[in-house]
Amino acid sequence: MKSIHIDIKLALSDFNLSLNLDLPVTGVSAVLGASGSGKTTLLRCIAGLEVPEHGRLSVNGHVWFDSQSGINVPAYKRRIAYVFQEPSLFPHLSVKKNIEYGLKRTAVKQRRFDQSMVTEILEITHLLMRSPNRLSGGERQRVAIARAILISPNLLLMDEPLASLDSGSKQAILPYIARLRDEMKIPIIYVTHSLDEVIELSDYLVLLEKGRVSAQGLPSELLVQQSLPLAGKGDTAAIVDTTIESHDITFQLTYLRFSGGVIAIEHRDLPIGSKVRVVIKARDVSLTLARPEKTSILNCFKARILGVDPDTEAQNIVRLKVGQTILLAKVTLKSIRLLELKAGLVVYVQVKSAAIMK
Amino acid sequence: MDYSPVWLTLKLATISTGLLLLLSVPLAWWLARSGGWLKHLVSVVVTLPLVLPPTVLGFYLLVAMGVNGPLGKVYEQMGFGSLAFSFSGLILGSMIYSLPFVVQPLQNAFAAIGRRPLEVAATLCASPIDRFFSIVIPLSGPGFLTAATLGFAHTVGEFGVVLMIGGSIPGETKVLSIAIYEHVESLEYVQAHWLSAGMLLFSFCVLLLMQLLNRGNGKKLL
Repeated sequence: MKSIHIDIKLALSDFNLSLNLDLPVTGVSAVLGASGSGKTTLLRCIAGLEVPEHGRLSVNGHVWFDSQSGINVPAYKRRIAYVFQEPSLFPHLSVKKNIEYGLKRTAVKQRRFDQSMVTEILEITHLLMRSPNRLSGGERQRVAIARAILISPNLLLMDEPLASLDSGSKQAILPYIARLRDEMKIPIIYVTHSLDEVIELSDYLVLLEKGRVSAQGLPSELLVQQSLPLAGKGDTAAIVDTTIESHDITFQLTYLRFSGGVIAIEHRDLPIGSKVRVVIKARDVSLTLARPEKTSILNCFKARILGVDPDTEAQNIVRLKVGQTILLAKVTLKSIRLLELKAGLVVYVQVKSAAIMK
Repeated sequence: MDYSPVWLTLKLATISTGLLLLLSVPLAWWLARSGGWLKHLVSVVVTLPLVLPPTVLGFYLLVAMGVNGPLGKVYEQMGFGSLAFSFSGLILGSMIYSLPFVVQPLQNAFAAIGRRPLEVAATLCASPIDRFFSIVIPLSGPGFLTAATLGFAHTVGEFGVVLMIGGSIPGETKVLSIAIYEHVESLEYVQAHWLSAGMLLFSFCVLLLMQLLNRGNGKKLL
């Protein structure tokens, strides 16, 4: 049984945590919710740092907790790596000793990762002999991540690992986490309240609200549902998972294939066939009723309107289906009246720009 | 000049501090990590020697250690002879007398570590015993130092309890403070001066040492 099964009930001070989830064992499952929605408690229950009142927890068929049969595997036997919000390095140990703390407690035949490879990926090799209190916030968190990974975990839990960092260090650390996901093949449960991090990292998304799952699924699908609290958070956008199809050297363009066609973006030096996630902001999408001719915009697709949802007083968000992909367009109320945009109508979508996220 | 009280005092302080540390580590850990009324009750009992007049403590200890007292009876039945007015009795008395001075610094040090480092260690596959030795003990180094220094210094300086349960048997229970007292009683001021000045210098050095180590650690031990 290849899945992470979570079914827990626990009374918290102001609400009850009651979750029933099956998460994939590959890639990053992001858990998104406001502070106090029970995200951290969920991670602590999975790690065994907190005991649910009822329920069952299993990973790939190994039962870690089952209130009915009285099973509760202690945290230190679960082999779950945990990266806390604050790096929490041991102050009495050097960076090297910190990193080796979990490794030493991992049987040689269980070790899947090479210490020097992990320190290379996270670029902390030059820090090994230092004391933790002489590192920057970003460096500390990278050391904490290396320390956690070297126990060769069944599962990596990350509790807002970027929340305590300034925005510069945040941007610097995200690519490391993406590399870990791609190169280490450890399933990651990533708790955050930042939509940007979800867009950049997640393969699966769970929305948590007051201790309950309000939605779960592919990020590209959840992001474009107006009924969910995601919409209106910052820039409304759709994410589209694509594959690099070809490069155009003459015009310095790269073509990305998705279910609705091909998107052209500025040339990116990535191998053909690699998976790329692009973000298309609703304000960069415009609509016409007839196929546009003589336009400077390269990306034009035929689409069907799924619905029109209110956004601000002057603007509406139009949900569109292009192939199997959902896009959002920000359109003024006036244009909606003039073009008589409504669900079911077939229109042409022009995408001004698309940005690669991963 | 008879130096045997000096050696006896150092021996007494070393043994009782060593035993006290062994006893206080689990006790302080339990006090630092648990809650509830039982913790408060035990806390009060542990602190009692701090506020009780040494003669009161000594009196009850004497009653308990006497031939008809519960401790004395058991000790004698085990074939060790009399507990009162013996070196073993002094060790027991000193341990009770100095208990709060050893337990409290340890308890504070343990509490100051907080849960986080232990949780981190647990997620890094360290068992509870492993966590205690690899995280708790190294992180409470200053606490151990304070506990050992205070326990030792306090045992060296005790008078009231020793007077009640030890008497003044040379080589067995005649410790420094008793020796000084007897010198003064018999108007031997020169000897009293030597021993007192030695104690003063010793206490000064102990506190100075702690100050220096404090500075190195950057946090208060006391």
